[in-house]
Amino acid sequence: MAKAAIDYLYYLRADKLPHMWCPGCGIGIVVKAMIGAIDDLGWDKNDIAVISGIGCTSRAPGYLDMNTLHTTHGRALTFATGVKMAQSTKHVIVISGDGDATAIGGNHFIHACRRNIDITEIIVNNNIYGMTGGQFSPTTPYGAKAATTPYGNIDPSFDLVELAKGAGATYVARASVDNGRMMQKLLRDGMEHHGFSVIEVLANCHTQFGRRNKMSDAVTMIDWIANRVVAKAKADKMTLEELEGKVITGLMYQNKERPEYTDEYDKLIERVQAKTSAKAGSGK
Amino acid sequence: MSSDRSDGSGIVFWQGNEVVAEAAIAAGCRFYAGYPITPSSEIAHVMAERLPQVGGKFIQMEDEIASMGAIIGASLTGVKSMTATSGPGFSLKMENIGYAYMAEVPCVIVNVMRGGPSTGLPTAIGQSDVQQARWGTHGDHPTIALAPAFHREIYLSTIKAFNLSEKYRIPVMLMLDEVLAHMSEGMRVPEPSDYHLVDRVKPSVTPEEYFPYDTRFGDVPPMASYFEGFRFHVTGLNHTKTGFPTTNPDICQSEEERMIRKVMKDADALAEYESYLLDDAEIAIYAFGSTARGARGAVDEARKQGIKVGLFRAITLWPFPDKAIYALAKRVKAFVVPEVNLGQMIQEVERAAHRDMPIVGVNKVGGIPIPPSEILSKIKEVAKNG
Ligand code: SF4
Repeated sequence: MAKAAIDYLYYLRADKLPHMWCPGCGIGIVVKAMIGAIDDLGWDKNDIAVISGIGCTSRAPGYLDMNTLHTTHGRALTFATGVKMAQSTKHVIVISGDGDATAIGGNHFIHACRRNIDITEIIVNNNIYGMTGGQFSPTTPYGAKAATTPYGNIDPSFDLVELAKGAGATYVARASVDNGRMMQKLLRDGMEHHGFSVIEVLANCHTQFGRRNKMSDAVTMIDWIANRVVAKAKADKMTLEELEGKVITGLMYQNKERPEYTDEYDKLIERVQAKTSAKAGSGK
Repeated sequence: MSSDRSDGSGIVFWQGNEVVAEAAIAAGCRFYAGYPITPSSEIAHVMAERLPQVGGKFIQMEDEIASMGAIIGASLTGVKSMTATSGPGFSLKMENIGYAYMAEVPCVIVNVMRGGPSTGLPTAIGQSDVQQARWGTHGDHPTIALAPAFHREIYLSTIKAFNLSEKYRIPVMLMLDEVLAHMSEGMRVPEPSDYHLVDRVKPSVTPEEYFPYDTRFGDVPPMASYFEGFRFHVTGLNHTKTGFPTTNPDICQSEEERMIRKVMKDADALAEYESYLLDDAEIAIYAFGSTARGARGAVDEARKQGIKVGLFRAITLWPFPDKAIYALAKRVKAFVVPEVNLGQMIQEVERAAHRDMPIVGVNKVGGIPIPPSEILSKIKEVAKNG
């Protein structure tokens, strides 16, 4: 990259720092990659809305010097859909945690995927409800300990990539906090993609997840993530046995053909107005 | 590109739901999000047809919660927005209605009341959500809720709902009932000269000097739109004038008080009602919505029989007309309060009357309107005992 160094403070609300996250929390890495992606795209920060629900991750918009909206638990995509429908030329980014996006917000998630509305959703997946005290989420691994699984988790977990693909998202990627460069590239491409983009980011919550699962510091937890992930290109050459227990990162799916929702609505308006004016003309 | 669904004569024969939709377009509503639910669905049908004609947008969301979130999002970008629902849908919207109060985002919520609780009587009249309109979402908040009774009044009240939401930066409820919503009535469509439109006050300061909850300009702070260079933050947490969260007890206290005061200081002016034959009345009826139409018939009949009775027809449910009811209570001997619920607004009449006097309800929850004959019987009973 021959580009000038990124002026992070230009994109941040410096007066809101220091942030409220635990030292070493993975969310900070995601915010850094987001800024890098936006800077790379050259987007005007006046034209960007960053929208979140409730949880540790959902505090991210408050630190970004953009049009920011901290909504109700699980509902970020619903507000974002209203923003995007009303101002379809603007950039709308949603940032959510795993519980926010796929438990209480699960219905909104699959329908935003289905519509293929041009919103980028970043799901910071740290396998736990951090802010409310470490309860298990739809992505907590089988057997893991959480505040509400003192005997180990018996709930099966979601594969967010498969969920997004199955529901109709047209850009689906998985990144991880141990590889900021790859994350930034995937976020950038997801933001540029014209349609609904989902980027799952595997992140560490050592405070709530790690502490209960023998990984109570950030480094141990990030190592755990780093040892599990395999980049897509490498994974493609591996056997199923070799992939056992691994999580594949990279661009998992992209479809540039499917129509985007606000484009479809704009076409509908054109069609309706042409018909209405033709009718008005013939009636005179 | 306007093309309302009238035939050009200016006289239309619309059902109440259609009136709401056409009036919303006239009020400048350009975004609607909804979810199918009886008996309010026709509002969505008309909005789906009409909005693209005027360059607006309609979306059918995945559920009621989503519809409420979407209209708040659209409104934050400066677009007047509305949703409509009934019964269980109104319950589902409550979470985000609370958000709109807290973040002070203008929007309009129509509730076509049906029988309840729960799924209740989906296709039949109810008036049992009136206290929910007041207190449905958690936490303290002011409420503006309108309950028109005639089609032309539904049209003008819909416009008023938008105007008040813009003026006070709050969600405003338009409370119809199934009978009004599905009844067709001849009406002359109000002309733009018959009403005025209100838009939210925009900031007069530069983005650098702008705060989304800046009370230097009064209890209703000027409101910027997203993407206009102001880059402000909005949250449902208690916040300071900057829009950022706070737990400072003094600021939480003063801001919550301001959010109530901004509406309640105008409570008397907001309380719209029609007095019918109340001047010499000894008995007053308090009624609203379609029940008030039947009550008027009962008043006429009772007058023929020599009973001095009149009708206080509330058009504004909330803020409750405390002063007007208090003054009326001093002049009359008794109140009769017919409503299609088991006694909701009667509690307010009792509270505002503040007197030891007969205040009796006529209450039906079987999914049928209250027959004027039953209101008449109650009037006669009260007259005899008084
Ligand atoms: S609780 Fe977990 S997710 Fe929340 S800030 Fe701490 S480490 Fe991050």
